[in-house]
Amino acid sequence: MIGEPGNWNPEKRVMNTFFLAAYLAFKETWRNRGRFLLVSMVIALIALLVLFIAALGEGLGNGNREYISRLDAQLIVFLDKSDYIISASRLDQNSLREIRRLDGVESAGPISASNTAILLLPSTKVQKVSLVGVDPNQPGCPPVLEGRVFRSGNARETVIDRNVALRTGIKVGDIITIRSAQGTKDKFYSLKVVGLAAGQSFFFQPSIFVSPNTWEQVRPKGEAELNNTVAAINVIAVKMQNPAQLEAMKQLLTSQVTNIQVADIPTTINNVPGYSAQQGTVQTQAVFTLLIGVLVIGGFFQIQILQKVPQIGVMKAIGSTNAMVGLASVLQIILVTVIGVAIGGGLTYVFSLFFPPTIPLVFNGQASAFAVLVLLAIGPLGGLVSVFYAVGIEPLKALKLS
Amino acid sequence: MSNVALEVRDVVKSFQTDTGIINAVDNVSFQVHSGEFVALVGPSGSGKTTMLSMLAALLTPSSGQIIIDGVDLARMSEKQRVALRREKIGFTFQSNNLIPFLTALENVELMLRLNNRYNRAGAVRSAELLSRLGLGERLANLPGQMSGGQQQRVAIARALIHSPTLVLADEPTASLDTERAFQVVQTFAGLIHENQRAGIMVTHDLRMCKYVDRVLQMRDGKLVKIYEDRKEIDALGHGE
Ligand SMILES: Nc1ncnc2c1ncn2[C@@H]1O[C@H](COP(=O)(O)OP(=O)(O)OP(=O)(O)O)[C@@H](O)[C@H]1O
Ligand SMILES: [Mg+2]
Repeated sequence: MIGEPGNWNPEKRVMNTFFLAAYLAFKETWRNRGRFLLVSMVIALIALLVLFIAALGEGLGNGNREYISRLDAQLIVFLDKSDYIISASRLDQNSLREIRRLDGVESAGPISASNTAILLLPSTKVQKVSLVGVDPNQPGCPPVLEGRVFRSGNARETVIDRNVALRTGIKVGDIITIRSAQGTKDKFYSLKVVGLAAGQSFFFQPSIFVSPNTWEQVRPKGEAELNNTVAAINVIAVKMQNPAQLEAMKQLLTSQVTNIQVADIPTTINNVPGYSAQQGTVQTQAVFTLLIGVLVIGGFFQIQILQKVPQIGVMKAIGSTNAMVGLASVLQIILVTVIGVAIGGGLTYVFSLFFPPTIPLVFNGQASAFAVLVLLAIGPLGGLVSVFYAVGIEPLKALKLS
Repeated sequence: MSNVALEVRDVVKSFQTDTGIINAVDNVSFQVHSGEFVALVGPSGSGKTTMLSMLAALLTPSSGQIIIDGVDLARMSEKQRVALRREKIGFTFQSNNLIPFLTALENVELMLRLNNRYNRAGAVRSAELLSRLGLGERLANLPGQMSGGQQQRVAIARALIHSPTLVLADEPTASLDTERAFQVVQTFAGLIHENQRAGIMVTHDLRMCKYVDRVLQMRDGKLVKIYEDRKEIDALGHGE
């Protein structure tokens, strides 16, 4: 008796559907491995491109924000209406004193930045750096990895970014010379390297750190500023006793100190001139590459489904369920995508070993993992149409072709 | 007398076309018993494929009943019809019969896998059946590596391996030369008889009728004649 066909228990049926779909997906892919490998290679190239773009975005972003993102502070105080642009902000010692007195402020440090200090090497080569003036051991001063921090006051001492050391061969104990325009004349200053800090790129250049007084003396100045004695402060980094009370502290600062505006670290980074535009550009590139990936994969699987109409018709005519046929298509797409992304990841790793250090690529685990997740989605996304198409194929097709 | 595997009662299938309604199958009734091999013949457009599609539960009749193993197809849900196709029906098609990425053996085993009846014994039976069909050396070949006749024989094995009630074959010999065609149909008939299946074969080639028990002749959707007499059937093959 036929009774109720397909009456084995539901759990068993689901398992059978899954295993059969996996079996068919694997067999088909394996027996056509040349063709599917080609698709995987396309996915691999897209993965390579996207991972590099992500790394480039990270690298470029780092060049802009590294110093700020590593600050031991939660808030940055700017001059009011400076639009959170560091170079447009000017604060004075009074503001610094007022901030240091506020309840909840653990410490606060001045940051003075000048972005055109030039370092003269024994040869005629120059290395552009950001010259940053900060109070030793206050927020704004980077942790010293090797050697010691510079002394405050007029000491001609500096802590340099390790990247400067790497690029130039300068060591702790060396004397460096910086060239700095003073009004209309070029002047030269000697600084003793007393310590090394981790990477501290700022405005796209590696940084060297000096005390505020030293900074004021050696920074490039226009004619009008030549007689300044007190260091101009661009912004003030504030370290809070309780970082959880960010909003409350912001309000306290703006109400107690006149003529300032306050930003947290992410806001400060986003307002670094060009940073948002640059990240936007990079992200757009990544999105378009992914989109192209979706279209390419979608196109391929659609064409292959069209070629498979008779075969799928036969499958259904002999009693395959739509669920099984659809699942087999999905599993196949996932298989091909996973292989492609794996190859792409491997290629990216190999290539990254050979890339010159001057190209700002930073492979950040989080960003790469996110890119990989998105990449894994492009296959199923692109193949979606073809899966629906496969499910919709009429079994009658198998007979009509005879 | 063996039991009735298939009963077709007053079946009509009409299609709406630009020129009006046509009855592709027009009031057809017949029975097929287990262990019986029947040929469905008729000129082009006479409704053979339409009939076969309805028997396979791929197409619903406009009116009338189709009863397989005692159950009316009209009373089944779509899900049950899919299950019916994989459990109770064996199929061979004219072309594109086999799943191209599965070997001969895997194509046959697929029918068991679909029914969740695949096991070592099933694998052995599949291989034995293929050997009986003369494909013992071809188990690991992909369809693309086999001739049309060999593929057709694999399809026959697939149509029989799961012990279906009804075996349907649409033009199984269309792509074969005469010599091969005779061999294939003869083996097919032998297996149907031996395993007590009910078999229906659509064919253009009346010479193939010498291996069947009855011939149903259609014209313009109607079942115009049933040949049951051995002599008459054999005469068909020599006559036209
Ligand atoms: N889906 C459909 N829509 C409209 N008319 C159809 C449809 N399917 C079949 N027909 C018509 O029904 C009639 C029978 O067709 P069918 O395919 O069953 O014939 P056949 O006997 O298999 O012919 P052949 O030997 O050429 O394969 C034909 O006139 C055909 O045009
Ligand atoms: Mg036909």
